[in-house]
Amino acid sequence: MTAREIFDNLKAKFGDAIGEAKLDALQPWITVAEKRAKEICLFLRDEPGFGFDYLSCLSGVDYPDGKLGVTYHLFSMNHKHKIVVKALCTRENPHVQSVSAVWGTANWHEREAYDMYGIVFDEHPDLRRILCGDDYPGYPLRKDFKVPEFYNGMKVPY
Amino acid sequence: MKESRTLPTDYVSSPERTSSGRTLRTDEMILNMGPQHPSTHGVLRLELVVDGEIIVDVIPHIGYLHRCFEKHAEHMTNYQQVIPYADRMDYLSSMCNDWAYALAVEKLLKTEIPERVQYIRLIMAELQRIASHLIAVGTYAIDMGAFTPFLWCFRDRERILDLFEMTCGARLLYNYIWVGGVSHDLPPSFVEKAKEFCRDFRTTLKEVHDVLTYNEIFIKRTANVGVLPKDVAINWACSGPMLRGSGVDWDLRRDDPYGIYDRFEWTVQVGKGEMGTVGDCWDRYIVRMREMEESTRIIEQAVESVPEGNVQSSIPKRIRPEAGEVYVRSESPRGELGFYVISDGTASPYRVKARAPAFVNLSVLPEISRGAMVADLVAIVGSVDIVLGEVDR
Repeated sequence: MTAREIFDNLKAKFGDAIGEAKLDALQPWITVAEKRAKEICLFLRDEPGFGFDYLSCLSGVDYPDGKLGVTYHLFSMNHKHKIVVKALCTRENPHVQSVSAVWGTANWHEREAYDMYGIVFDEHPDLRRILCGDDYPGYPLRKDFKVPEFYNGMKVPY
Repeated sequence: MKESRTLPTDYVSSPERTSSGRTLRTDEMILNMGPQHPSTHGVLRLELVVDGEIIVDVIPHIGYLHRCFEKHAEHMTNYQQVIPYADRMDYLSSMCNDWAYALAVEKLLKTEIPERVQYIRLIMAELQRIASHLIAVGTYAIDMGAFTPFLWCFRDRERILDLFEMTCGARLLYNYIWVGGVSHDLPPSFVEKAKEFCRDFRTTLKEVHDVLTYNEIFIKRTANVGVLPKDVAINWACSGPMLRGSGVDWDLRRDDPYGIYDRFEWTVQVGKGEMGTVGDCWDRYIVRMREMEESTRIIEQAVESVPEGNVQSSIPKRIRPEAGEVYVRSESPRGELGFYVISDGTASPYRVKARAPAFVNLSVLPEISRGAMVADLVAIVGSVDIVLGEVDR
């Protein structure tokens, strides 16, 4: 299925929840409403025509316009087609619905995005920091992150 | 930014509660395996909830080697400078990491790669796959109490490292595959030595099969242990030998082709449950063994026909991809290694995300360990073949 068909199908089913899309990009992407990510992803996985059963990658991104976002790289083992889905959220209220109930692999990826960008995944079963220590101040991959001078009383050398 | 945290912040688990908030029953207890434990293959801490010898739950704690590769990548002044950092992710398969990253940037740049470079990259990646699988198999043998195959594996891996050293001077972290080319041409005696290695290596494989693969004790320890069913493997996005061990006929070298793999004759090996159930530890082990054989076949065919050419003619002097983004994946020895690169049109990447196969494969560990014995967990962790440098990045 081409990106255009996927977009049209989603648009027909979810209407306003499907936002901006760039279908002529190197790898076409579609934006979805961050509060309905789970529902839309479930549809993408279970609808026979789509069959996106493999979540290749889930990444947090801090965009230049100050928004935060999550990018899902989806793949279908049966149909061998791909699509990139994005969900955007604001810096002030960084909430995105978790998709870990749809793809188990999202569990750790979402914990990583929470750890690095402070994106809170609603309905996540176990949202803890994964790579940084639990007492680490701030979210390191945000563009405005400043390395603290001291960490737990120890001087950070560089 | 100040914000209130609603999540549990105490990471040392209390006697009554695990760090993920699970309350213990009276006959359960928490046992920490790692971070310094020989069978965790690095600094990995597994928080086990055990009921006697039976594992009720496993909570992996990772991040001990975290150095935020992705932040480093954003702060480089040039796309090429990221490659040494990519080297250090999965330090047992640096060549494959370099290649995966180079593929992503080349896709953004739409660079054409010369034939000779394609051949060299493929030969290096396949040699690396053998070297990496040799470590996986060798250390797995040690985990299961067999010492001899470990020595044989390391002996042969040493010869691959010699080949790499001959080519680029480094034995472990090569910085060899660059965006658009490779750093050094093949030395004159390389082809001869590679052929010699392939010939001798088949003998080693046979010896390891004789002493380990069909060994009664080894089969008892690994067959029907840690069974990963097909649907769970796909839902948890497992890849590489982990996915193929579960009977999914899937290899990115064939199914999402890159490089020139389509020119050679080789087959994708999948687990068939010969000794027990499809997707058990033995299946994952045998997939690695058979893949080494396939890699040897690929190398033998490739070294015969390396074309002449300049290996640096396509290396761009100045890398400034157009604004855009790309996710490119390749088959590293551990599975799907993907790089998600966003360019904003400047000379350094805006965002680089590494999708590390070991990270994803490890996340399925709780699913396949529940109900196993503590001693079997050693077999399960070993069969996942994690490299903590890549899990933590």
